[in-house]
Amino acid sequence: MISQIFILSSKGDHLIYKDFRGESGGDAVGVFYEKVTALTGDQPPVVMSHKGLHFVHVRQGGLYWVATTTADSSPFTIIEFLNRLSALVKDYCGSLSEKSVQMNFALIYELLDEAVDYGYIQTTSSDVLKNFIQTEAVSSRPFSLFDLSNVGLFGAETQQSKVAPSSAATRPIQSSREQGGKSEIFVDVIERMSVVIGSNGMLMKADVEGEIRVKCYLPNCSEMRIGLNEEFSIGKSQLRGYGAAVRVDEVSFHQMVRLDEFDSHRILRLCPSQGEQMVMQYQLSDDLPSAPPFRLFPTIERDSGGRLLMYLKLRCDLPPKSLSQELSSPDQSAELKPQSRAVVWKIPRFTGGMQLSALFKLEVPGLSSASLLEVGPVGLSFELPKLTATGLQIRFLRLSPVQPGPSQRWVRYVTHSDSYTIRI
Amino acid sequence: MPYLGGEETVRELRRALSNPNVQSDQLRYRNTILKVIRAMSQGVDMSGLFSEMVKACATVDVVQKKLVYVFLCSYAALNPELSLLVINTLRKDCQDPNPMVRSLALRNMTNLRLPSLVEYVEQPLAAGLRDRAACVRRVAVLGWAKLHNLQASSEIDAAVVNELYSLLRDPDPVVMVNCLRALEEILKDEGGVAINKPITHHLLNRLKECDIWGQCQVLRVLQRYRPQSEDELFDILSLLDASLVSPHPPIMAATLSLFLSLCSGQPAVSLAALERVRGPLLAACGSGSREMRFTALCHIQLLLRSIPGLMGAHYKRFFCGYAEPAYIKQRKMQVLVELVNDENVAMLLDELKGYCTDVNAETAQAAITAIGRIGRSYSDRCLEILTGLLGLKQDHITSAVVQTMRDLVWVCPQCSDTVCFALEGCEETLQDSQGRQALLWLLGVYGERVSSAPYTLEVFIDGVRSEASLGVKMELLTATMRLFLCRPAETQDMLGRLLHYCIEEETDMCVRDQALLYYRLLHCGIEETRKVLQGRRSDPSLGVLIGRPAEPVSQWARSFNTLEPLRQGSIETESVSRGSPEHTMFDPKPNADLSNTLDCSRIEKVHSGKEDFVWMEECVRCPTIPRCSPQSLQAAMQLVNIQTLAFTPPQTLPWRVYLYTHTCLDDAPHSTLILGELLYTGEEPQKAEVHKDDKALKGFLSILTTVLHTLSSERA
Repeated sequence: MISQIFILSSKGDHLIYKDFRGESGGDAVGVFYEKVTALTGDQPPVVMSHKGLHFVHVRQGGLYWVATTTADSSPFTIIEFLNRLSALVKDYCGSLSEKSVQMNFALIYELLDEAVDYGYIQTTSSDVLKNFIQTEAVSSRPFSLFDLSNVGLFGAETQQSKVAPSSAATRPIQSSREQGGKSEIFVDVIERMSVVIGSNGMLMKADVEGEIRVKCYLPNCSEMRIGLNEEFSIGKSQLRGYGAAVRVDEVSFHQMVRLDEFDSHRILRLCPSQGEQMVMQYQLSDDLPSAPPFRLFPTIERDSGGRLLMYLKLRCDLPPKSLSQELSSPDQSAELKPQSRAVVWKIPRFTGGMQLSALFKLEVPGLSSASLLEVGPVGLSFELPKLTATGLQIRFLRLSPVQPGPSQRWVRYVTHSDSYTIRI
Repeated sequence: MPYLGGEETVRELRRALSNPNVQSDQLRYRNTILKVIRAMSQGVDMSGLFSEMVKACATVDVVQKKLVYVFLCSYAALNPELSLLVINTLRKDCQDPNPMVRSLALRNMTNLRLPSLVEYVEQPLAAGLRDRAACVRRVAVLGWAKLHNLQASSEIDAAVVNELYSLLRDPDPVVMVNCLRALEEILKDEGGVAINKPITHHLLNRLKECDIWGQCQVLRVLQRYRPQSEDELFDILSLLDASLVSPHPPIMAATLSLFLSLCSGQPAVSLAALERVRGPLLAACGSGSREMRFTALCHIQLLLRSIPGLMGAHYKRFFCGYAEPAYIKQRKMQVLVELVNDENVAMLLDELKGYCTDVNAETAQAAITAIGRIGRSYSDRCLEILTGLLGLKQDHITSAVVQTMRDLVWVCPQCSDTVCFALEGCEETLQDSQGRQALLWLLGVYGERVSSAPYTLEVFIDGVRSEASLGVKMELLTATMRLFLCRPAETQDMLGRLLHYCIEEETDMCVRDQALLYYRLLHCGIEETRKVLQGRRSDPSLGVLIGRPAEPVSQWARSFNTLEPLRQGSIETESVSRGSPEHTMFDPKPNADLSNTLDCSRIEKVHSGKEDFVWMEECVRCPTIPRCSPQSLQAAMQLVNIQTLAFTPPQTLPWRVYLYTHTCLDDAPHSTLILGELLYTGEEPQKAEVHKDDKALKGFLSILTTVLHTLSSERA
């Protein structure tokens, strides 16, 4: 049971405030902001209490999404709901930011009104909600010349128009019916890797958490079939086909996915509702099909002048996609962040098979041989487009009935580093 | 937050709202109303516009209607009379052919929260229960709950309750779930909605139709059900098995809660259910949302209390990611400490060692504490890491390491040689008072084995004038005294200087009293002093980590899937990371050993001639002896603000606990200090010494008795 819901900006401005039960005082917002800003570093912020008032909050898009509730309510439910609410707002407003929430506050009040009644969650399905929501979203995207660049000369198809612009998936779901916007569907395979590589180069831990998300802008779509790799297998015992199997440890599906063709042909059938939804989640531990994408060869020593020398050689073990390799890319930058005591090395592009090295010389006051132990670990954060660590692929994507008019289907793969740590 | 120019805005908006030109232009009217709502949610007081907004409510534009209702519901309580005007429009909307308009009107009618309007609302609500459209029925059902809470005194018609019960069979699952919710609220006094066999089976059969929120609600309500036979129980359990491994954490948690309450009589089944949720819980630990991760971690800690080995094979899932916030990292380390076993200890320590140099000082300290905890079972490996960390010469790391070593030595005296060897030279890097206190305690207790101990103490004594921390001074006094006992020749001179300073120049009474006590103690002779000061050096009974008994599931089943585990931890983490000596469970309490015990009785002798000190002996009968561990007694006492000074080891006779507390009565001019002794010899008399305040003493005794009774009844 939720007593109040409010959304605050990171500076504490009230963006949305709704009191569902009228039981607690109106000052809850102020109390919450005071408490959350007064926290010290080691206090977990998720649940806070003040005189019988319990705040549960999540942070999404730089905003505080807060619910007040009673002590015996389920934290799983409330946190899941707040996350779902922010996803809904993102679906309806196109993007999630202080500005978009401010511009669409009427829409968000409407959403909240339909999603929660008297503190009880009624529905969060965008299929149900779209019948009730009347307010149009105000898009906050400024006009950009890049939007024009997709249009070829005299309307000719250019190379670029075959690639969806990165902003294509950040638009409100409802604008389509007004502007006759493109009917599109995006299927994203997103994987998050968390890897620990020991100082001897041994792979100590490798976990992959993956998900398939569908973002649907089709006005009417009754059924969609997603075909995965035929050799996709679950668990250790079950092996299919010959050669390189795509294996995961555990899989779970959204409840609307029908699996009657999954066992025989690895096909997921579903009726996507508008907006974004997670179709499938899977995870794989400790048994990657290929080598980890990055390797680091560090040398750390002290030079005669008492400076710390870090010689880092970073190699990308992905298959090379193109022949042109810029060995010393001019776009790289490195920066010392004294606050977090870290050196940040930014590499804008890194093609497979490439190797980069860097030499950092640091003046450290009072450097001793013991200080060398303090160096590290190295954390990598990266995004690998068009690649999945597990090797999961989408064979085909069929919509039925066949869509009238031009409809576009996009399949995107991306692997993120959740945490990629290399010990020194 | 009120912002400047609020009144100006209100005036301007009022002018716009009453302008006929604006009113006739649909779009302009709506935009003006939008401005009002925007200002309202920014915190500007807009209640002055109530009458204008009431007029704006009569429109065909649904968007405008919704906006106006948002406004009206916020300010209705301030304007009960004007709200009457809205009711007419709302009642008219309840007849609208469009179900959306009907549900909207009905919802807002009940959201106005005005007791005076109840009579107008009942009729449309009753009609709403029989509406064709499910969305209207959903609203109407909850509307009755709102009405009931608005006028708790007025009885809701039994016919309505019956109708709500019959609506449990409504084809729309949300209506069904809302009926449950409404009945729970309306029948709160009778213990909520009646959960009998037909209702339970009906709800279970329709569980699959509900969305995740509805399922959670149903599962929660079903916790009250008690199956009539074992067969029925197992039928229900097998029906729910799929939900137990649901990919949605809320359903998984709600189902496990239900399992635990259904199987409270069958521990084996509960344990099997815990094994089953391992997968989903681990998946939630890797969820993209950090708040969800945190929640899952907290609940895993609960599970581990009953099955310590549950996650043993999956310890790698609890390795920290470098970008994770500190509160998740610390929680993961707490879990890792629980998971340690012979196979993974090397890997685990290696991982924890990496966190010790974390940029965030709190995380680093938590990692060091975690290594110390593992050190209770694998002391050699851990000490090697800890001594290695001292080499880094980092202020916060050294402090945490010394504190951890102190705690470790208290539990595992066999480590003392290594620790004593490692202590040399680390006083130079120590900055904070906690770390220095720990160092002083170690030097006092193991002074004869640390060759440089007198020199280290001398540095402290020379700087005592500029010392700010009270704790450090007290600890310094005790440590110097102890060192004097084993190495008198080297220490005598500096002890003299220290006592002289503390008695003559020190302004703080605590330090002065302590110094005086030691001074008089020395007059009594060296043997007497030795008896007082050389207390125990360790307490191996404080628990070895491995082989900690598994708690029964029922201990924590009630708090599963509530906010409790998430908040509990916040206290725990705080004390773990700060390593404060007050930490109830595991800290050695260096201040609270024998010396202080004698402390109070001595003072009593010194002052016994004076007027304002009263000695009383009270006997309180206690039904059974509180045969609980000192820790739980101490924790229970702390709940009622009674602090324990010291206690004798368990299973010794006579068993004693020394207590003290302050009273803070509003009418009393000054607070009273109560010192107490709890004595158990065979029959149970309790003594308490008080500072002339009968009322306070009585209060103290009654609270104390209550605590003892509670504890002994828990035991029984």
